[in-house]
Amino acid sequence: MKAWLLLAMIVAATVTADLLQSHEMKRHGEIHDFRPSGLRRVLATLARKQNLILAVGCMAVSFFAFMALVQVADLSFAVPASAGSLVIETVLARLVLKEHVDWRRWTGAALVACGVWLLAL
Amino acid sequence: MKPRLRWKTRAFAGIVIVSNAAGNVLLTWGLRHGAGELTASPLSFIGAIFSPWVSLGICLLIAWLISRMFLMSWADLTYVLPVTAFGYVLNALLGLLFLGENVTPARWAGTLLIMAGVVLVGLGNPVHIPGESA
Repeated sequence: MKAWLLLAMIVAATVTADLLQSHEMKRHGEIHDFRPSGLRRVLATLARKQNLILAVGCMAVSFFAFMALVQVADLSFAVPASAGSLVIETVLARLVLKEHVDWRRWTGAALVACGVWLLAL
Repeated sequence: MKPRLRWKTRAFAGIVIVSNAAGNVLLTWGLRHGAGELTASPLSFIGAIFSPWVSLGICLLIAWLISRMFLMSWADLTYVLPVTAFGYVLNALLGLLFLGENVTPARWAGTLLIMAGVVLVGLGNPVHIPGESA
């Protein structure tokens, strides 16, 4: 029971964090400069984005719940089971982020979700 | 799609996958070997974070977080999620090799399905350009 509660927490926090991150990073635009000075500048800019701060907060919740989960469950259960978020995120990316999800991505996401379900057995 | 963007996407997807799997294994190893039991108290979490293996795992997970954010600056979320899901396969393999976990036939079947999904999505474009077919 404790494991499933932790899992629900992880999924909710992960979905929120990923949507916020994807939205904000797309707004920022493609990163081209990978020199140390360029990376410092990008990280300094990103550290001031409210959506990213909120996303990191959600990831922290997900991370601490994950730490508690791997103490009561196998890693080979915890990791794939937490990937239940993938299906929810694909649907929300279509609805909220307005991404174009073609047949290839829907089929890929469905195959991954089935695979994750089998891994969790 | 430009070859430069394709290679950049593959390189970052590789970093995301490896840093996540290695970070998770080190974190789990550290939590099970010497980090002490986690309780509801925040102090037990803080104590665990500063144990060596857990710290190393956290460093790799920070690298995972940053590389994934960079990848999302040009690739769609619906591309990033299935492609980096290959990390689940790597997690299962590392769990088997280093943590002595049991990988059943069902888990191997799941691994194959995930790989099929990853290949299918990975063959398409990481970013959808209106008017361009995948």
